[in-house]
Amino acid sequence: MNKVKTLDEVIDQVKDGMTLMIGGFLGVGSPLRCLEKLAERNVKDLTVIAIVNSYPGGNFDLAPLFAKKQIRKFITAHAGTCPEAVQAYKSGDVDIEYYPMGTLIEKIRAGGAGLGAVVTPIGVNTYVEKDKEKLILNGKEYLIELPLRADMAFIKGYRADTLGNIQYRGIAMNSNPAMASAADYTVAEVNEIVSLGDIDPERVGTPCVFVNAVVNGYPMTQHHALYRELWTKSGYLRQPNA
Amino acid sequence: MDVREKIVRRTALELKDGEVVNLGFGMPVGVANYIAPEKAIIFQTENGALMFGPTPVLGKEDPDVANAASQPITLLPGASIFDIATSFAIIRGGHVDATVLGALEVDQNGNIANWAIPFAEGKYLPGMGGAMDLVGGAKRVIAILQHCDKKGQSKILHACTLPITGKGVVDTIITELAVFRVTDKGLMLEEMADDMTVEALKAVTEADFIVPDGNPKHYQVV
Repeated sequence: MNKVKTLDEVIDQVKDGMTLMIGGFLGVGSPLRCLEKLAERNVKDLTVIAIVNSYPGGNFDLAPLFAKKQIRKFITAHAGTCPEAVQAYKSGDVDIEYYPMGTLIEKIRAGGAGLGAVVTPIGVNTYVEKDKEKLILNGKEYLIELPLRADMAFIKGYRADTLGNIQYRGIAMNSNPAMASAADYTVAEVNEIVSLGDIDPERVGTPCVFVNAVVNGYPMTQHHALYRELWTKSGYLRQPNA
Repeated sequence: MDVREKIVRRTALELKDGEVVNLGFGMPVGVANYIAPEKAIIFQTENGALMFGPTPVLGKEDPDVANAASQPITLLPGASIFDIATSFAIIRGGHVDATVLGALEVDQNGNIANWAIPFAEGKYLPGMGGAMDLVGGAKRVIAILQHCDKKGQSKILHACTLPITGKGVVDTIITELAVFRVTDKGLMLEEMADDMTVEALKAVTEADFIVPDGNPKHYQVV
């Protein structure tokens, strides 16, 4: 079995009205090439589930999808970093549904793990408890949060083998492993595709059963150059002794 | 010393050697710059790491190593990395000793509002991120904010007016004018800036507070 596909082959499967999970955290560990390709298409009315929003300041990762009004509903813990999303929310082009970050990731995990609900104390006595069922266990109040699933998930890894085992690197795992498990069809974008056996089993962060397709992302040198440019523009990286 | 620096330098004194600490967005992240070198604090970043260090210089950055604000960071010896489910198991599960959060409002019952500014009926920005989990799971919650808003109105209130992040969760409130502890009896004024009097502080504080023994301690900074 070989799960390697082209970007066009996977993006062709995205249809109007679908629910998509997009891995990454403010643009780090994000499936950038899949997002770029998606923004070139006219697919619309998407529901997007992402743990937070775009890289601060926008014009990166998720931001073009908001700018092109391809997203109808956004499910997240935080939306404020993306000016394009804020604009679309204010104009009524997008609805936003917020969950506490820890609750959101557990809802996704539950969706992938076959659980019926998440029972959590977080959000009790706040806006989050609105219209939700509560449980009292051992005298403590909990909210019942239902699982989340998607039609497709787009995740980002460092390396994949042809069977779809994924290795992560750095702090770029973030929401990717949970999302990989919670969609009917999961696409993993990676910096390198390698042969079976090239990833030490101990280094597999997402086992192949959760992955349906593997696509080439930016090669590592290009990936590095891209973030160096981004962070330099944002003023985070300076010359030594500057 | 500017107001924000003063708050951050006071807050640094709250964190103890060996503690696991999560610093929120904005002003709180600056606290890390003022920790005494003899204090070994394990900082967590909610996107998935423990024991991170300062910003690297250009050329030493790693495209896959960033903090919860998407800024490049470094990993120190002893660091560990994990996914967000694990990161929030650490937070919600009570494994974080202290969190420092910026606040829009706090009140005398230990409520904090820091996630939602309404712009239309039922519509809010920017979202709670990990703040609700942090106030629910961290053993100590330190809320830091400027004492008054730009119009000079107190942000230390009888009751929060914005949607709250957590009910009765705040342990300590630090502003540029004062340090308060939230207790069963109400807000206790622990420290007060040297250029203030209790009367002057009452004039700029909506919340009721107790002055133990009539005299608060001097406001300290590192």
